[in-house]
Amino acid sequence: MEMLTHALSANALLTAFAIVGLVMWLSNAISKHLLFGRVHGSAIAIVIGLAAAFAAGLWTGGTKGVVDIPVFAGIGLLGGAMLRDFAIVATAFEVDVVQARKAGAIGALALALGTILPFIVGSLAAVAFGYTDAVSITTIGAGAVTYIVGPVTGAALGASSAVMALSIATGVFKAVLVMIGTPVVAKLIGLDNPRSAMVFGGLMGTVSGVSGGLAATDRRLVPYGALTATFHTGLGCLVAPSILYLVVRAIVGG
Amino acid sequence: MTISGVALLAICTLLGTFLGDLLGSLLGVKANVGGVGIAMLLLIAARLWMARRGLMTPGLKFGVEFWGALYIPIVVAMAAQQNVLVAARSGPLVLIAGVAAVLLCFATVAVISRLGKKGETMDEIEAQAQARAQGDAPSPGKHAV
Repeated sequence: MEMLTHALSANALLTAFAIVGLVMWLSNAISKHLLFGRVHGSAIAIVIGLAAAFAAGLWTGGTKGVVDIPVFAGIGLLGGAMLRDFAIVATAFEVDVVQARKAGAIGALALALGTILPFIVGSLAAVAFGYTDAVSITTIGAGAVTYIVGPVTGAALGASSAVMALSIATGVFKAVLVMIGTPVVAKLIGLDNPRSAMVFGGLMGTVSGVSGGLAATDRRLVPYGALTATFHTGLGCLVAPSILYLVVRAIVGG
Repeated sequence: MTISGVALLAICTLLGTFLGDLLGSLLGVKANVGGVGIAMLLLIAARLWMARRGLMTPGLKFGVEFWGALYIPIVVAMAAQQNVLVAARSGPLVLIAGVAAVLLCFATVAVISRLGKKGETMDEIEAQAQARAQGDAPSPGKHAV
């Protein structure tokens, strides 16, 4: 047993690859066989990750989720800021500029609204729950944009880990809602053509929420929604820690 | 070469982070301002520039796309190291902010997609593509998209 723990700890990043891989595989199996594709596998995996962090927090009393357990230290490296930013930047490679131009002004409008509206909602909720400092309000507001924009903003502004967790939880909850809710409201909001799919991607933002929700609605709409959604995260990461933060700071002061 | 793709991605990310820090200090915000977003724009620009010059090799593409494909697992690892305990104790905030943001965005999608002319539905586009494909001489392995 001790030898096994040593092998796992000495190869921390490899352990992390193996564990996350198993979690992804399990999540996809649950998505396919138990939920019949209603909830995207990646959403389930993220919920499992959050649940594991919750359980680890109870068990260790630490603040860094499963990373506080030595065997899982590699998860800290895999999900740390360095590789996270590296992977997000890599997704920009899939953006097709010609296709993106087709969405034109209406796609840009959707992107702008999709960043600002959730940010306002998230910020107001943060204020309603007693947060008064600009960094926390901005970080939670950014979390309502997507669960990537939230932690990127929080990390840039130096938010506390608790606020970061709230921010991510908001973004993940939103992504899960989008995945489950999209097939239900698809007809109602006219989601049956590439143009509205691009508007949808720009407004809802979360790539896993959009791709999961569209996959459950009409598989063929996925690339169009994902296209604007990939811009959404970049835009959010650009404006949330800068312009939006400055606006919030100007309003609440400090 | 695969490593050239990984290197390109690394250079864009590092440069974006540096520019983000620079922008932050210029704005007087002690933070990285949009470093990731800038890096994404750099990568898109690099891709277009290289594609035009025929420098885009399959190896290079693979080096970048591999990391893009790892994006979801990395987010899962990120989720697993958060201070969820504290977030869960202030649960209602997450519920209210999440539900309100999603409902507002759904409503906005409905409004915006009704602006201007209605787009062709996926069914119509596929029907047209099929009609075109039938007009052409059938070529094996060519997708009707």
